[in-house]
Parts: sequence; C-alpha cells; structure tokens
Amino acid sequence: MDAKDILGLPKTPLPIPQEKKSRPQKDSQRKPDGISREVYALTGGVAPLMPSIDVSQLKRRPPSDEKITWQWLPFTSSARKDDLQLYHWVRVVNGVPPTGDYSFAKYNKSVDVIRYTDEEYEKYLTDPKWTKEETDQLFDLCERFDLRFIIIADRFPTHRTVEELKDRYYSVSRAILVARAPSPGEVAGHPLVKEPYNVTQETERKRALSMVLSQTKHQERKDAEVLAEAKRIAESRMAARAAEEPDLPVPSDVGLESAEGAVGPGDTISPSNVQAPAATIAPSTSVIADNASTLASLRMLRVYLRTYALEQMVQAASSSAGLRTIKRVEQTLQDLGVNLKPKVPTKAVCAEHLELRKEILTLLNLQKQLQYKEAEGSSFRDGSYGDMPGTAKRSQRAADQDRTFVPDTISFGVIPGDRVVKREQKRKGPGRTSETPSSPAGAHKRPRKMKASDL
Amino acid sequence: MPQTAIEAQVEDGGSASKPQRIIKLSKTTDDSDKKGTNKRVKDIEVCVPIVYGTIAFYLGRKASESQSHKWTVYVRGATNEDLGAVIKHVVFQLHPSFNNPTRIVEAPPFELSECGWGEFEIGISIFFHSDVCDKHLDLYHMLKLYPEDESGPQSTKKPVVMESYNEIVFPDPSECFFARVQNHPAVVVPRMPAGFSLPVLAPVENTNEKGRGDTKDHPLSQWFLNFSEADELLKLASARQQVQAHIVKLRRELSVIDGMSQPLKPASSYECT
Repeated sequence: MDAKDILGLPKTPLPIPQEKKSRPQKDSQRKPDGISREVYALTGGVAPLMPSIDVSQLKRRPPSDEKITWQWLPFTSSARKDDLQLYHWVRVVNGVPPTGDYSFAKYNKSVDVIRYTDEEYEKYLTDPKWTKEETDQLFDLCERFDLRFIIIADRFPTHRTVEELKDRYYSVSRAILVARAPSPGEVAGHPLVKEPYNVTQETERKRALSMVLSQTKHQERKDAEVLAEAKRIAESRMAARAAEEPDLPVPSDVGLESAEGAVGPGDTISPSNVQAPAATIAPSTSVIADNASTLASLRMLRVYLRTYALEQMVQAASSSAGLRTIKRVEQTLQDLGVNLKPKVPTKAVCAEHLELRKEILTLLNLQKQLQYKEAEGSSFRDGSYGDMPGTAKRSQRAADQDRTFVPDTISFGVIPGDRVVKREQKRKGPGRTSETPSSPAGAHKRPRKMKASDL
Repeated sequence: MPQTAIEAQVEDGGSASKPQRIIKLSKTTDDSDKKGTNKRVKDIEVCVPIVYGTIAFYLGRKASESQSHKWTVYVRGATNEDLGAVIKHVVFQLHPSFNNPTRIVEAPPFELSECGWGEFEIGISIFFHSDVCDKHLDLYHMLKLYPEDESGPQSTKKPVVMESYNEIVFPDPSECFFARVQNHPAVVVPRMPAGFSLPVLAPVENTNEKGRGDTKDHPLSQWFLNFSEADELLKLASARQQVQAHIVKLRRELSVIDGMSQPLKPASSYECT
C-alpha cells in the first residue's frame, strides 16, 4: 500500500469479477507473448476458434433394425487343453449370442516335431555322441518350446551348444523322414532333406559374426584404413602400369611393390606397415608424376570429354595447392578476364588454359616467397644492430635500395618513401582495387586490377 | 566382334534403303576374329567436336497451362556436319512427368522436340558404333525456357537458346574406326605418323531414312551459336603474357633480396647491386 502511495498508483484495483471474466475470454483468443505460436501449441495451447469438423457432418450410422446388446458371457477356446472358462463381452444380436470357436484359437500353431519309436531309434538314430535319454529329452523340449533352440539350450540338462542341439535334431528328423518314406524320391523335396544342417559352417559363421560385432572402434578404424590404403595402392598401381611415361619415379614403383606385399597377408597386417611405403610414395611423386598418371588414366578410358580431361589435369596440377591458393588462382583468372571453364574447350584452348593456371600458381608462389623474404628482411633491418656502426650504415643502404628499386619497376606514379614501405608490409594478392587507374603508356589492356605492391 | 573382309557399298542418290555402312578392310594376319576392332592406333587422338543444348520457343497464343513452350534438345556437330558416322544413337532422358521419358534417337540429326512448361535437367547419353567405342558418354543440360531479362512479354519469334561446346576424344581409336573417318568432315583426325599404312577409303555415304544427317540447313540453324576458339585463345595468350611478365619481375626482386641478405661484411666492401 505504501508502495502504491509512493508510486502514485490508484489505491483501488479494478473490480475483480470483471477481471476474471475478461481474462479467460482474452486468453482463449490470444496466446501469451514471448513464445512462438508453435511452441505454445506444443503445450496444448489455444483451442481452435472454430471446430474443425462439423459434428453434424460425421457419418451417421444407418438406423439398424436389429437390437444390439452387449453381454458379459463365458467362453471356451479349442486352443486350450483344460476346461478353463473365461468371460468376455459379447455382441448379442436380437438375443442370439454368436456361435463358433473363440476367434483367436486359430492362431495357436505349433511345430510338427517328428517323434520316433524306440525301434526306429535302435535302427537308424544311434549316435556315439548322444544317448537315447538325451535325444528323448531334446525332442521333448523341442516340442514344448516350438524349436526355440536358444531356450532349449538353456534348459537342456547337460551342457550342449545350440549348434550341437540343432545338428542332432535335424539329422534325427531327416533320418526318420527318409526311413519312413516309401521311396527316397518322395521326400527329396522336403526342406529337411533338401538342405541338411551344416554344423561346421554354422559354428564358423557365428564365430565370425561375433568377432565382427565385438570389434572395438579402434579395430574398426584400423581395418577401414588398411582397406582404403590397399584400394589406393591397387588403383595407383593400375595407373602406373598403364603409364608409358618414362619419367615416372622409380621409387614409387618400388614403394608400391613393397606395399602390395604388405597387403598380401590379409587383414592381419598392421596399418603402419602399409602406411610407411605409402608415405614414401607421396613426397617422391612430383607434379610430373601426377600429370603422368592423369594422362595414363585418361588414356585408359576409351572415350572422354575434353572438359573432363581438363578438369583432371587442373586437379593434378593443383594437387599440391591448398584450397585458399586455388581460390586465389580462380580470382586471378577472373581478373584477367578468363573464363574459369573455357567456353570453347578445344585441344589448344584447354592446353593454354592449363598452362595459364600453372603459371598463375607459380606467380602466387613467388609472391609468397617475396612476402616472406621481405618480412625476414624488415625484421633483420629493425633488429638490434645499433652496436656496430657498420651495420647501421648497411641497413640504411638497404632501405634506400628498396626505395629506389620499387619505383623503377612500377612506372605509374608511385610516391617513393613512406608509402612504398607501408605497401611492402601489406602485401596483398592481385585482384584488389587499383589506386592508380591510368596505366603506363596504355601498351596493352589491363583488365587486371592490381596494386603497385603486387609487383 | 567378328571382323572379316566385307564389301564397301557406296550408294548414290537418295534411295531410301537400309543404311549399309560396311567397310572393306585388309584382312589382318591374326587368326582370332576379334583382332580387327581391337587393333588400335597408338598415339593418335581422334576428336569429334560437338555442340549440344536446347532451343525453346514460347507458344504465345497457343500456349496452355501445361504446354507453354515448344523446345528441342539436340546434339550436333560443331561445324554442323553429320555425326552419324561416329554416333550410333543418343538417349535423351527427360523429366519423369513426360510420357516415356527415355527417348532414343537412332539416326542423325540427333534431336528431340517436346512441349512443356517446366525447366529441368535433361540427361543426354551418347552411344557410339561398335568399332568406335563400347562405352557411352553421359552429358547433362539444363533446359532453359525463360529468357534472362524478364522485361516485357516473351516473344514467340525469338527463342531461348542454350548451347554448350565440347569435344569427344578417343585416345586410341581402333584401326577400323580410324580408317573410316580419316576424311570425314565431322571428325578431327591428326596426320598419320610416317610409315603408317592404312587403306584410304572413300567416305561412306550415309543413306538413312531421315535423309541427311548434317544440320547445315536445319530449320533451327539460324539460332545456332558460333563457337570460335580464336577469341578464347587470344584472351588466354594475353593473360599468359601478363602473368609471365609479372613472374619475371618477381624473380628479379627475389634475386635482389637474396643478394642483399649476404652474411655480414665490413661496410666498405659491401656492394649493392
């Protein structure tokens, strides 16, 4: 109250019943602010303003002549062996309850487990590894559990593996079938006869499966690496074999051979063994070899498009360059007014394009080298050489040398001195807006925008 | 592929008979049948320059919701020569909304016309004759119906043309193919190396039911674009010149800097060049 005095708010609040009434109405038409409509809808939100389905449009049931009642009645099921009586709701029509077996009784299926007689056992089914008692037990369990061998194995009194149990069951059943059949031809089509259970194969399969499943992540990665390495080696070997270029470096061949030998033994090799020769391949393969292998792989194709060939060669040439460098090459091409992909890719055009790209790469590399050298040089100059008088003079001379050198090569109106020094430190690639629009003597068109410091 | 000596037949006149393109070859000394097509010409590249693309006309008054444009997709020789000697058939893969979207064109001119309203990517698969190559080539082209500048209503007279130039390269052609197309106008064949001997044949005339296979007087030929390598070569040459000049300059600068960073000597003997 005092607070309200202080704030100057009215003492008497709005009449409460009015507030309460207006609020639910308002709330039902507006969602609270601060959360989006969709989020509010997740919480149940606001009910739709209009009912989405008109109740009167719902399908009306045709008026039925029959009198339907629902009654709680007892029933029996043929699937049960005992006489248990259960109750359920039954739809009674005109006082007549439905007849017939329990509707779900038909789903009570079981497996037809063949039971043998004792004489049959003596005649056909004896086995050194199994006693009659065990075999009887096995068949009892099979019938009881519908051939669910996992359960049967659990409940089998003596310790036997699932595969052993399966083997015994299937071979016994097969023998009985064949023995009982009037002629072998008749049972030849029976699945038990046609496809006998192969114990060794099954054991092996399960063992391999569990091995694969239980591989640790580390092992998985190692396997994948080895496979990828082997694939790469096989491919490069194919290309190298097809290559008629004599300048394919020999060490790579040797490296490939040893790698191949290492891959031979199978998946028991350690990846390091494979990677070592692979590592020697990488540095020894120069760009020339890259080109050679590209040419070789192109020649292996019976037919290809010129544009495809160019793409491959460009890729091979830029294989040593990073993404940023490639982007700079493309930027340079654009500045020179050259299409990134030639519009008329003839043999000559593609060759020129490729050479141009290589030259731009060289140019960018040289620029970078220059940048580094200059950075080194400037730190050299600024370094602590104040002690020796000779060096001070030397550094002075070096700076002068720079200053006079640069204007010689750029002949379009650069002010020597501070400006130049500053520019040298900020070495940028081509493609920036030029500060000197006029070109010297207009000797040739300059579609390329360049900074003086680029030179 | 059986390769035995067969007759060459040159038919003149426009008689609509079945295409008979068989070549007389000197029988190779090898016994095995396959050797004929498998004997390849080393170090010689046969090249077929092609242009492929679409031309689309707006139908104007005759346009309906579902068919507003009439367009043609085609593969033609870059100089409008007949490609039938090299290409056996072309399969155009259209949008699945078309009836039978896989259209096969078995004789030149390799083209297909349709009506529609939508732009989509057309798959173009080029299949070659058996002595040329058993692998086919896949190209893709985006059908363009609407012009770049959307100002004003579309004209029914001026179509939207999108063409791409490319060259099909056969790095080591079979002797049979090489012999066949030595003097063919659609094919670029380098000069034979010295000492090479192949029977020089008269180019086989194409007698297919469509009439001529070249597109020189094609109804749409007025819209065909001209692809001249001269412009591009010029541009490339000038660009290379510029780059080379800069490289020279940079190399000079680098050598200067390298010269400067000599080990410390007494100042008097230090010489800057």
